[in-house]
Amino acid sequence: MPSWPMNQWYVAAYSADIEAGLFARTICGEPLVFYRTAQGEVVALADRCVHRRYPLSLSHLEDDRVICGYHGFTYDQRGQCVAAPGQKRIPRTARVPAFTVVEQDSLVWVWIGDRDRADAELVPRAPWLDAAGYTTVRGMEPLKARYGLLVDNLLDLSHETYLHGGYIGTPEVAETPITTEVDEEANVVYVSRHMDDAECPPFYATSTGIECRITRWQDIEYHPPCLYLLHSRIAPAGVHPPEDGPDDEAFHVEVVYAITPETEHSTHDFWMVARDFALDDQGVSKFLSEQNRTVVLQDVAALDVLERVVESEKDDYQELSINIDTGGLAARRLLKKLVEAGTPEPSPVGST
Amino acid sequence: MTAAETGGPAPVRADLPAPTRMLSGRSVYRVVWKLNTDILVGYCWCGQTHEAQDPVELWDWLLAHPDQHGDGSAAEPPVPAPQLVGA
Repeated sequence: MPSWPMNQWYVAAYSADIEAGLFARTICGEPLVFYRTAQGEVVALADRCVHRRYPLSLSHLEDDRVICGYHGFTYDQRGQCVAAPGQKRIPRTARVPAFTVVEQDSLVWVWIGDRDRADAELVPRAPWLDAAGYTTVRGMEPLKARYGLLVDNLLDLSHETYLHGGYIGTPEVAETPITTEVDEEANVVYVSRHMDDAECPPFYATSTGIECRITRWQDIEYHPPCLYLLHSRIAPAGVHPPEDGPDDEAFHVEVVYAITPETEHSTHDFWMVARDFALDDQGVSKFLSEQNRTVVLQDVAALDVLERVVESEKDDYQELSINIDTGGLAARRLLKKLVEAGTPEPSPVGST
Repeated sequence: MTAAETGGPAPVRADLPAPTRMLSGRSVYRVVWKLNTDILVGYCWCGQTHEAQDPVELWDWLLAHPDQHGDGSAAEPPVPAPQLVGA
């Protein structure tokens, strides 16, 4: 049984990743090949020719069909083989699995599990990523660690103070109590940390121009297993949202992560930073992109080490949890629930 | 008689921080870290509360708690549900 929930949507790529040509990526242990048809639709197929297993991603795309680069087996966008070399009869079993895809909010989501259970309505939203009024920078870093370690990392932002000092961390992050909520039916974890009088870290001081102390709100909304939203509100200290009207005295940054398992010991760490200010300022975009990538790489370095530690530890190792871990514990529990819910019931012994 | 009158330590302010509620929904568990303390306050969706200084213990209590409702009388949250922040 995999450690990630089956029958769930996972982010496989950014829309811009899949343009002309074939694009390979392993999602939840499934090697997949993606391409975009002439009509603009994204196709996802198993990245393995049914004949001799050659990766279709190393093949050729012609008229929305993939022609295997080894012996020429040709597949349409449903994965059906439509041509085999040297013969007219195409074996009935000559097909590769096709995966259900939804493209939304500039993200390419793929359904991992039973195709019949795929429901596009269940894809969680991150509308800022391609909405008017926001500018987004983004990237993806490969993580040589299990996805659960990244979930732990992102659900407890007190680590910003120690791992990301000089970038996004200030003393107040670790010192400020959190409030945690869990919606059992909607499967959402929400962690709120509101700092009323905090130092402004370089990430926000340079991008917003604020030079004084700030009111800094961090509101995490985690939709397990894949989508993590951090609603970040930055304003001069004492400036709170008005009772009525737009909150235009504040700067808003929507930090989005997609946490997609690649294998049991590696993860695709998609990161995006959408802002509602300095929309056309290329300098701010470049700064936020470089800063956030640096921060993500600090996490990657730490989590890569942690993966090796976890792999080498004894089975009975007991970790310690304290108040800052309230949200992370809630996320772990929801993930466990989703893993159990997504696992097919074993067939009764002796049944046929 | 107050602590100041007895010469003891000043009482700790243990306010509950804002915001008051963030998620809508019928079955929302809530854990608030009391300001200036190490105390966590857990709220079941039925309105029952429990305090602890260990989040593992508190989640255990919250998750076990609905099973004790028995008659299903707490099917609705005790307070009006606001809209999701940022949604």
